Amino acid sequence: MLQCHVKGCDANNFPLELQEVVLEQEEAEFNEDFLKNMLGKLEYEALVATSLKLDIHDLPATMPEDAAYNDEFLQILHRVILETHIKSGKMVCPNCQHIYNIRDGIPNMLLAEHEV
Amino acid sequence: MSRPEHQAPPEIVYGGDEAAKYTGNSRIAAIQAEMAGRAVELLNLPEGYSGFILDVGCGSGLSGEVLTEEGHEWVGFDIAPAMLEVALENEASGDLFLQDAGQGMAFRPGTFDGCISISVLQWLCNADKSSHHPKARLMRFFSTLYSSLRRGARAIFQFYPENDDQVQLIMGCAVRCGFEGGLVIDYPNSKRAKKFYLCLFAGQEINGVKQQMPTALGEGEEGEPTENGVQYTSKKRNDSRIRSSKRKPSKDKNWVLKKKDQLRAKGDKTASDSKFTARKRRPKF
Repeated sequence: MLQCHVKGCDANNFPLELQEVVLEQEEAEFNEDFLKNMLGKLEYEALVATSLKLDIHDLPATMPEDAAYNDEFLQILHRVILETHIKSGKMVCPNCQHIYNIRDGIPNMLLAEHEV
Repeated sequence: MSRPEHQAPPEIVYGGDEAAKYTGNSRIAAIQAEMAGRAVELLNLPEGYSGFILDVGCGSGLSGEVLTEEGHEWVGFDIAPAMLEVALENEASGDLFLQDAGQGMAFRPGTFDGCISISVLQWLCNADKSSHHPKARLMRFFSTLYSSLRRGARAIFQFYPENDDQVQLIMGCAVRCGFEGGLVIDYPNSKRAKKFYLCLFAGQEINGVKQQMPTALGEGEEGEPTENGVQYTSKKRNDSRIRSSKRKPSKDKNWVLKKKDQLRAKGDKTASDSKFTARKRRPKF
């Protein structure tokens, strides 16, 4: 969902690469309507690529055609995007190598003056 | 009314103790929840639709609670780390970011179904550092916001403008970034309940329905809203006047009689006792 917002960095700035990540699973309520609404907005390929890097192999390589009615798929998606939290780590922009630190699950997106 | 944005930059005003105080204050919490509720109402999302909402300046997640109650998932960011820590302690249900709205946002285009923001915009009109230019910051904020919203999505900002110039500046920036919309002023005739909501539309709905400006509350004669905020608990007032009126006068009739007896025993000339003894003199007219 995030891209690099450093000034002048507007090509190849997505997805941010995750490094030294500590993951945490947290149960969340299953919200089918929300997931269906999100289907159109997800960059599915980027999501799969990112989850593979985090050793999550549950997601199928391509989105099933009947995604909105495929309960099994929605459950997996729910687990990946809503119940998996990144406790700490780094996000690195693949283009300008800007590092965003994540602490206590809160990414620090602040930029220095010259980057605005 | 004192304006916190005149004191210091937001990350300092809402740092440490102030963050806990702000969240612990039931009156502030009630006002925030009420404004957040109104903002969600103004978002005008279809009934039962579970959207992905951005909360700009989420603070300790007071407004996020309202979003969760309405069945939305939300993402919030704030510039004050102390407020975010309080949000973590309260186990806010949304994802949190440490971010400066004036630096723009790093969300993918078309991510959100709506955006709410409670009491934040006026902070962007400040120049807290020499490198800050309010207009540039507002432009950056609105342009990145515009792209991160789905077409036809709304952004509702509750804010406390200081003067008309600020309103003009904010609206001008928003319009130049492609937003449509305007200002909704609830209870314009009331000094206390008057609230400014900036309603922005990120383009028209795809199906071509023209977006209608929402109507403001309490535009008629009835100025004040019905009070449903915090009920004041009866607190014993420490008022000296009230206390003194309840206290028994120390020099009552018995005291006077006792004194007179003492004087008589000494042989002094003393007025005889009667039913008028130790009574208050009524004023003559």
